[in-house]
Parts: sequence; C-alpha cells; structure tokens
Amino acid sequence: MTADLRKIIGLHGAVLVILFAAQFFLPAYHHGNLARIMVLATYAMGYNLLFGYTGLLSLGHALFFAAGLYGMGLGMTQFGLGAGAAVVLGVVAGAGIGALIGALALRTEGVAFMIVTLMFAQAGYLIILYFGSYTRGDEGFVIQQADRLVAGLDLSDPTVRYFAALSIFYAAFVVLMWVLRSRFGHVLIAIRENEERAMMLGYDVQRYKWGAVVLSAGVSALAGAAYGVLFGYVGASFASVQYSIFPLLWVLLGGAGTMLGPLVGTIFMFYLIDLSSGVTTAYMLIAGIVLVCLTLFAPQGLMGELRNRFWRWLP
Amino acid sequence: MDFGPYLMLATLEGAVTAAVLALTASGLALVFGVMRVVNVAHGEFFMLGAVLAWWVTSWFEGAAAFGFAFAILTVPLIVGALAALADVTVLKRLSYDPERTIVATIGILYILQQVTLMTYGPDARPVTPPFNTRLALPWVEMTETGLSLYWPWGLSITSYKLAVIAAATVILLALWIVMTRSKLGLMMRATEQDREMALAFGIPVERVYALVFGLGAGLAALAAVLIVPIQQAHYLMGGDPLLLSFIVVIIGGLGSLPGTVLAALLIGLSDGIISVFFSPTLAKILATLLVALVLVFRPQGLFGARRA
Amino acid sequence: MSFLNAEGLTKQFNGLRAVDDVTLEVPKGQVRALIGPNGAGKTTLVGLLSGRLACSSGRISFDERDVTSLPAHKRIASGMAYTFQITSIFPSLSVHENVALGARRVFSDPKEAEERVVAALHRVSLLERAHEDAGDLSYGHQRLLEIAMGLAQAPKLLILDEPTQGLADGEVVAFNKLINDLRGHTTVLLIEHNMNVVMEVADFITVLNFGKVLFEGTPEQVQASSAVQSAYLGGADAEA
Repeated sequence: MTADLRKIIGLHGAVLVILFAAQFFLPAYHHGNLARIMVLATYAMGYNLLFGYTGLLSLGHALFFAAGLYGMGLGMTQFGLGAGAAVVLGVVAGAGIGALIGALALRTEGVAFMIVTLMFAQAGYLIILYFGSYTRGDEGFVIQQADRLVAGLDLSDPTVRYFAALSIFYAAFVVLMWVLRSRFGHVLIAIRENEERAMMLGYDVQRYKWGAVVLSAGVSALAGAAYGVLFGYVGASFASVQYSIFPLLWVLLGGAGTMLGPLVGTIFMFYLIDLSSGVTTAYMLIAGIVLVCLTLFAPQGLMGELRNRFWRWLP
Repeated sequence: MDFGPYLMLATLEGAVTAAVLALTASGLALVFGVMRVVNVAHGEFFMLGAVLAWWVTSWFEGAAAFGFAFAILTVPLIVGALAALADVTVLKRLSYDPERTIVATIGILYILQQVTLMTYGPDARPVTPPFNTRLALPWVEMTETGLSLYWPWGLSITSYKLAVIAAATVILLALWIVMTRSKLGLMMRATEQDREMALAFGIPVERVYALVFGLGAGLAALAAVLIVPIQQAHYLMGGDPLLLSFIVVIIGGLGSLPGTVLAALLIGLSDGIISVFFSPTLAKILATLLVALVLVFRPQGLFGARRA
Repeated sequence: MSFLNAEGLTKQFNGLRAVDDVTLEVPKGQVRALIGPNGAGKTTLVGLLSGRLACSSGRISFDERDVTSLPAHKRIASGMAYTFQITSIFPSLSVHENVALGARRVFSDPKEAEERVVAALHRVSLLERAHEDAGDLSYGHQRLLEIAMGLAQAPKLLILDEPTQGLADGEVVAFNKLINDLRGHTTVLLIEHNMNVVMEVADFITVLNFGKVLFEGTPEQVQASSAVQSAYLGGADAEA
C-alpha cells in the first residue's frame, strides 16, 4: 500500500466514521438536518460523477432526482408497491430516463449540452404539472407514515431514518469510489482532461460518457427516491430548475472532482441557507452570491483548493 | 363567440406576445451572437425593467402618461447600466469562459431576483397604461343579403396593445439599422466575427462587450416596461420570458437577429393560438421539447444556415 | 494486399484539396517516412488514415479489413496508435497515468498493462519521472511521452507526426535507435522534417507535395531525385 493510499483511506474512513458517530451526540434538530444532508449529498455525488469527473455540465439533473422521487412515490400510490420496491422502481426510472436523455443530449457539447439538459428537465417538470391528477402538481402528495416501512422498520423514526440516509450515502460513496478507481473511471477522467486524446487512444468516448450519464442519473434518482420515502413528501418543486442548480452549487462549493466535495458543499450550503432563512425569505440570495464568488475566486471549490495547496493526493 | 372571431382575437393577443418576445429575445441573441455568452440572468433584467417601471410611475400619481413616458426613457438605461456593471465586474474577469459565465449568470439571476424580493416584496403590482381605449373589432358573416360586417361581443383590443406592437416594430427596426449601418454596429459585427482581429484593428473590444451586454439587458427591460401595464410586475416574472427567449433564439439560429425576430413571431403567435385551444402547460411542454430536439438534431436552428 | 492500403484518398476543405487522390501501400513491418514541404498534406493524410478526419473519397484498408467507414476509436482499437503533431497529452494527470491509459485499453490484465507502461516509459527514458504531472514536463519530454503512449499500446501500426521536433540531439539518437528496434514487428508511418532521421531510419519514403504523391522510393532514390529537390527548394517549379 502506498503512502498516498493510506492517507486516502484514513481521511475518507474518518469522515464516514464521524458521520456514523454524529447521531449519538447531535441535538435532534441537527440530527434531522444531517440525515437530510446525507441524502442531498448523495444527489451531489451523482452529479459530481458527471460534472466533476467526466467534465459534463448538466443543468437538468432535477429530472433524474424527480424521476427517482416520483418513480418511488407513484410506485406506492398508483401501483401499491412497498417502500423497498418503490425505491428500486425510482432508481430504474431515473437510470432509464438518463439512458434516453444521455443518448440525445450527448450529440451536443458544451453550452448546447447545458441548454439541452435544461430544456429536457423543464419539459419533465411541466409534464409532472400536466399530469396533475396523478402527481397532484405543485401541491404534491404525502407518503403516509404507515407506508414508510422497510423490513418492518419505520423510516419516519429519526434513528431509523438517520441509519437509512447513512447507508444510502455509504453505498453511493463506496460504489463511486470503486468506479473512479476502475478502468472505466480512469477513462472518464481522461475524457474530462482531453477528450480528443482519449478518443485517439482508442476509447469509444461517446459510450463512456453515456455510461457516466446513466450512472449519474441512477445515483441522483436513488437520492430522490430516498428523500421522498425518508421525509414523506413528493412534490413538483423538486423537479424545478432550482433543484438542477443546487447540486451544481454544492459540488462547485465543495470542490468538483473530489470525493468529499459534494458532502462538504452540501453541509456548508445547507447551513448557510438554514441560517439566512431565519433572517429573510430571500434565502436564495446566498446561493446567488456564493455562485458568483465561487466562479470568480475559487473555481476549484473548498476541497479543490485544499488539494491545490496541501493535499495533493486527494482523490 | 364563433371560431373566426375567436381566432382573430387569439392572433392579436399573440401578436402582442410576439412583439414583446421579439424585443426580449433579440437582446439575448445580441449578447450570444457578439459575446458568445449565454445570459441566464436575462429574464431577471426583464423583471427588473417591470419592477423599476412600477417604481418610477408610482412617483407620478395622477399623471400616468407622463410617468410612463419617463419610465420608458429611464428604466432601460438604468437596467442597461447595471448589466454593463455586471459585465465589467464579473463576466470580464471570467474571460468569458462559456461554462463559467453560465454559472455566474445563474448566480446573478438569484441575486437580482432575491434582492427584488427583499426590497419590492412578493406582491404583483399593476402599472396604469398611459392610454387604454377599448376598440371593438368587426367580423364578417354570411347573411341572406351577402357578406356583412358585425361587431361580435368580446372581440376587441385596446389602443395600448396596438401601441405595444407598433413600438416593438419601431425599436427592432432601429436596432437593425444600428447593427447594419452605424459605426457601432460595425464594431459589434467585427467583434462577433473575430475578437482577436477586432482587437488588432483597434476596436475597444472590452467596451464593446460591456455595451452589448448592457444593450441586451436594456432591450429586455424595454420589453418589460411595454408589457407591464398589461401584465403586472412581480419578482418571479423573469422565468417565462427567459424560457421563451431561449426557445426563440435557439429556433432562430443562435444569434441571428432576423432569425430571432421570425422565430419570435412564430412562437408568439402560435403560443397565443395554441393556448386558446390546448392547455398552456401542454404548449410549453411541446415548445421545450422542440428546442431540445432542434439543438440535438439541427443545431444551426430552424432558420439558420449551416455554417461551413 | 499490403498491410496498410489507401486508394484514391481525397480530402476537400472548402475548395482546397489538402489531400488529392493519394494512393499508398505500406507493407507489414516497414518503416515508412512521409515527407514534403509545409502544407503538403502530410498531417491531413495521417488524419484520414487514423480516422481523425473523414475522407471525402477513397478507400482505406488496414490489416486485411476495410476501415474506411470505421470511426477513429475503432481504427485505433484495431491496432493503430497515433501521436499528435501538436502535443496532446493529459496535462494534469501523471506521466504514468498518461501511458497507462494507452496500455489498459489493450491489456486487460492489470499486471501486464503495468509491465507495458514501465517498458514504454523506460524506452523513452521517462521512467524516473513517472509520478510527475505530465503538464510539468518540458516540451521535448512531452514529445517523448506521446511516443511512450503509442508504444504502450503495442500497436501493429505506429503513426508518428514529427516526433523529433523539440528533442535534444542525444534524444534524437535515442529515438533513431527506438525505431530501429521496432523495425520488423511494428509497422511505422513517420512524418518527419529532420532529414538525418529520415535517411537513417526509413526503409521507404513517400514524398507529398500539394496534397499529391510526388515521388516514392528508397532513401537513396529520394536523395537522387531532382523533382524532390526542386519541391523543397523552389515549390511551384517542381511540376515543371
């Protein structure tokens, strides 16, 4: 084992242990927040795979998050699925939509890719509103506590919920870490660094990018489905543009292309908004200021700056 | 109402939408064409135009026409200056890198929108139109004595709406003349063609950029001042014009001014007509999907020529 | 049929024929040099062969397969390796990772891939810099890294576009030795301006001028050809 690998395992292991231990000493309010943050950070990790590691900037990830959310929610209300099966349905829906959107949007690049993903997500949001008789539109619907059971465990119970959020975060973290250390992940990074070179090394760049979109969509959908089932609400606002901007914001703030960036960015942003919404209803002002300042002064984000200055080995 | 008068009404309403949309979208197209910047905050400059118009006219209680005239002259300038400031302080410092400027304009979007919420508040507020005569419109019908005119109930338009259409047409023509005939337009087109070459010929590219960004936002604000007596000012009103402008600019062939105006007519008119017969949500779904598919399969736009 | 075969290859760029009806036959194991004045169409020609550019007309076959309609990545995967004239590496990845990206596509066994990476880096004398960022290397070393990325793929055909540009004299000598070692088992297509290198390593030379094949022959024949000399000296007079 190299020294770098030891440091990587040490740091990330420590973070995972802290997340596990936090539930025993956090006050109830922050305990609940952290459960929420871990699910949202899972969403950000899915986004980061595409944006941070493959170099594709999507403005439409809310579509995948909402696909998971509604795949799960409608699976329960319309098809009477249990919570576990409904979450699986959500993930499948998200990955499937990702496969379709990926095949279309990847025919474009750069700014056009951003706009195409934005438009597809907007169409998805409007479709949710249009089928209001099933989705209840803007108002959304509540998942009853009685339905939020997996293997006899009540997901609305704070402790169970924390564990569920933690396991989803762990699972996504380990899977993504494994993917990024695999041959596939190395090719994604190569595409980010120099797409033409990757192609001229004989890699089918389009197929790899498509794979990244599907995986990223799947993880985002998992986060969406988990969010719905853990917090008991499914609504169209989760499909709106704002929820496409959020993961971009979290990842940019935490550091695109770092494993811990999504978590760090989500924690920071969540508490920034949480604190400012106590003062003003215009809490999205913080998001705007942070976005502008990040692009101007710290395009690498918090973990990226750490990597540049101190921890060269950070994955 | 019968089908015929109904269609005419929808067409007239659509023409008002199209006129305002053409103004807003040509601002977006200008910025994209000359600077290659996708300005996601464009809708917020529109919103700012409407809100400032309410603010300015509210000083002139009792003299609505005078207040409105004052607003139409000053508000686009204020918004344009603000946008030019954003260009110099933010976009220029990003070297106009396409992806980073999009992220930054998303930030600017939230800043403008939320500051408006904090100061102006969450209410929708009306602006009194400077004049507003209701003009009944005739329709033809077949009677035993042949064709004859009649005035169906509800078929009417206001003089103000007609004025909006006329004003938009005049402004667009003026913009076209500036772009094609003036020295300023020449500098813009030179910068658009080749930034480096323009610099080499002594064109102050940085100032042209600030000016273009200001002009683009000013056009959106002007459109908003025109529409606010019909639509009311609200801090969230920027979303729809942004989306529609995107649609128009993309269908019109990214940055081409005549294509943009043509597409605005098409979208504005069909939006008016389609919304009469279908749900507006369905119309929007179809429009957004159309834009995405145009970008995927015909990136030069429906009206644009394929670049060699 | 030869190992690499191009027939009537043409590339049109808006009225300019950068490559005009070129026919090329490279037998297996040969070191073929492609020379010609600037703008003769050499880089465009190898771009067509590797699939980086689509040809306007003509046919290409490689290793007994028609590859004309194959996209670039499939041609590379069928045994070509391409190095860019304008250095194209992954600047923020390590030197090792740059080469490993080439090797891992071909060798799925991680141990074997690693051996190939080490061997390729050793051959261009970059082994001790393996863990530096590729972008931190000097220009000459980046050229050598490009060659190592090609070598690590153990290609059947290695296309090198001006590999010795920017190399120090000692490195050029080492490059010549490297090509001489490859001779026989790897077919090499080499664009080169340095005539000493061409004369030393090439088995056979194709001279391009204005997108057309001007002359083909052994190094001795090329040196003796007056047409080639005037193409280099007088440009347009060559056709007279």
